[in-house]
Amino acid sequence: MKNARAFLFACCLLGLVVIAGCKQSPEQIQKNLQERLISAKPGDVIELPAGKFHFDRTLSLTVDKVTLRGKGMDKTILSFAGQKEGAQGVLVKANDFIAEDFAVEDPAGDALTVQGGNNITIRRVRVEWTRGPNSGNGPYGIYPVECKNLLVEDNIARDAADAGIYVGQSENVVIRRNRSEYNVDGYEIENSENVDAYENVATHNTGGMGVFNLPNLPRQGGRKVRVFNNQIVDNNTANFAPKSLGPIHDLPTGTGIYVMAIKDVEAFGNKISGNGTVSVFLINYNTGVSPEGLAKTAESPITQTVFKPGDTRFYPYAQQIFFHDNDISGGGKSPDLRIDVIKAMAAALGGTLPDIQYDGVVDPAWPKKGDNPGQICLMNNGAATFLNFDAAGDMKHPITDIKKYGCMLPALDAVVIPQTLNAKAGGAGGTP
Amino acid sequence: MRRFFSLLWAKGAWVALFAAAFAACGFGGCGFGRQKDVRAVLAEPYPKRLSEWHLFRSTRDGLRPNAGVVPYDLNTPLFSDYASKHRFVWMPAGASAEYRDDGPLEFPVGTIFSKIFAFPREGGRGGERLIETRLLVHTAGGWVPLPYIWNKEEDEAFLRLVPDPVEIHFSDAAGRRRDFTYQIPNTNECHECHDNNKVLLPIGPKARNLNKTFAYDSGVENQIAHWTRIGYLRGAPAADAIPRVPKWDDPADSTLGDRAKAYLDNNCAHCHQPGGTAGYTGVDFRFTHFDLAHTGICKRPNSAGVMGDLEFDLVPGHPQQSILLYRMESVAPKVMMPQIGRDVVHEEGVGLIREWIASLGAQTCGVPTS
Repeated sequence: MKNARAFLFACCLLGLVVIAGCKQSPEQIQKNLQERLISAKPGDVIELPAGKFHFDRTLSLTVDKVTLRGKGMDKTILSFAGQKEGAQGVLVKANDFIAEDFAVEDPAGDALTVQGGNNITIRRVRVEWTRGPNSGNGPYGIYPVECKNLLVEDNIARDAADAGIYVGQSENVVIRRNRSEYNVDGYEIENSENVDAYENVATHNTGGMGVFNLPNLPRQGGRKVRVFNNQIVDNNTANFAPKSLGPIHDLPTGTGIYVMAIKDVEAFGNKISGNGTVSVFLINYNTGVSPEGLAKTAESPITQTVFKPGDTRFYPYAQQIFFHDNDISGGGKSPDLRIDVIKAMAAALGGTLPDIQYDGVVDPAWPKKGDNPGQICLMNNGAATFLNFDAAGDMKHPITDIKKYGCMLPALDAVVIPQTLNAKAGGAGGTP
Repeated sequence: MRRFFSLLWAKGAWVALFAAAFAACGFGGCGFGRQKDVRAVLAEPYPKRLSEWHLFRSTRDGLRPNAGVVPYDLNTPLFSDYASKHRFVWMPAGASAEYRDDGPLEFPVGTIFSKIFAFPREGGRGGERLIETRLLVHTAGGWVPLPYIWNKEEDEAFLRLVPDPVEIHFSDAAGRRRDFTYQIPNTNECHECHDNNKVLLPIGPKARNLNKTFAYDSGVENQIAHWTRIGYLRGAPAADAIPRVPKWDDPADSTLGDRAKAYLDNNCAHCHQPGGTAGYTGVDFRFTHFDLAHTGICKRPNSAGVMGDLEFDLVPGHPQQSILLYRMESVAPKVMMPQIGRDVVHEEGVGLIREWIASLGAQTCGVPTS
């Protein structure tokens, strides 16, 4: 017994830290890794060996400047199947954190959560619920929230009941070269400012990518989002979000990109094709959330007293949106009739819908008047078809001529974060 | 001083509580030795053994708190899997806490809270099995949580950052079987409940929850008055000006509504208040700020997981439609509330909240769905 203990102890001291070659029970592995995370010192690199390791409770880290590194997203697997305690798989509340080269599988809730950190890098991580799409899966795969200087790259996310890759209430964000599939939403960029999302793939989700603001969250005013050179293709997996997750339950199956309740979005160079309901959905908050759901939210006393409707921090309109030079095709061929507004449009248009759908709702207080007061600018988007369905006017004055929206807006600036400035091999994440 | 705690021991399970320790070690024969002053360690490395703190000492009658280690309890405690919890506070000589009307009292640097978690022994042998003793130590850099886990012999407890789960088996006084795996929070998880605006704070020792009598060796006395008298507290107002939460399980003590509020205050409000882990939900369960409109009435959950087909946190008059109750009745991760620190359903607590929700004037939330 003593020898066994000494052996375990030596393993831990070796810094291969936890697991390598030690033939420990799952309980010991879990405990040792959690202890290693708790007692980590800033600057530590915690190496995870190859293998599939089982955890039945949340793994958490609160120490700054720690790197958690596996041997590859298919080699080092942290499995939370049968999780007994905690609502997350991996939970990080720390600055200067790097996660790379491992997988998180089958957690009860969100897979990899990073809360409130500066200089966060998540790369080559796979998150997945192995039973496939299921309403009982965790809501979010990669889930950084309230972060600043955030890099999310080369990850794979599958089967989340809300979003595979989510970035919320964050600023200065780069999301690139990820693959997100079989989730309800492939990507969500929510209440965030200064975001570049490029060279990502979203396929076989319910919806490919959402860029939006929601009320009732501490950080408001998300804006300045660039979405470019992404492939948003064949997102037609039936929506499997449970009702209790709120608005995501109302995301139409077959959505390419939706832009909701946000200003200053630029999208270009994207291939958006084969999404059954809509290629590009430009909407205000009231259109995006079902009227029934909205009414319920609005009449909740907590909405009225804690988050007052008069709270001007939430801006419900989509304005100053510039889609140009995208390859958009084949959208709207099999609309999701579950959603009332979609059903009404499909009925009016003979069953199929155009690629780009805009609700035409403009802030009455917006100073720009004229034909295109919301400054929705659509240029060089291939043969994309268009409809302004005039949601504010009960769809009485639809506009189908995309040329009426042929305008340009100033290009948004590229997002600069320390991780992409000092891009040395394996060394992103600020000063070494 | 010799008889300082004898009344406490005589009243409860205490006589038997530490009997095993005494038997195993002999008088003064192991870590918990004879009288020494409490040793306050306020920086790393923290003692590996609980006995090194000298919070408890070995006597002919078993282990007892050392001089200055003052037992206390609460009107309405946090439910912890039916564990009995024995709480103590110690402060350095000359230091005292400052009274606060709301929130925890302002405790001086050097304060040590210790809380022993114990379960009835299996087989009706009487007495209690010691599982863990959690310390909360107020250092110059803030509060530090230190979990000590008792060994099988129950003669020493060891510091464990990530404690192993413990299998618990016993029959309670009513003859109900309790068999479950007791998960002890690790030191990161301590923050989930104890943090407010990223600062770790004590939860229980608030004026309103301490405002009750306790059977001290010196006689029965209100805890606030006692702490003031022994120099542990300054600034307390007149007794009738001190807030108080009722005992959640004593219908003779207060109304159903106030007992439900007391329960929510001490089981939910550490997260569900501004700055708490669940502050973002807008739900605020603090007794002192209680407003029915902020309890989640007709509110959809912010980002919950699967909640059956339920849509609203609290539907007045309809306990079975209320997510609040649904989550209290669950032990599934992601569904259950609180999210950690509970492995079995608190049947009596669920009963109280069910009765309370049913007592609220019935409402329909939102448009009835087809």
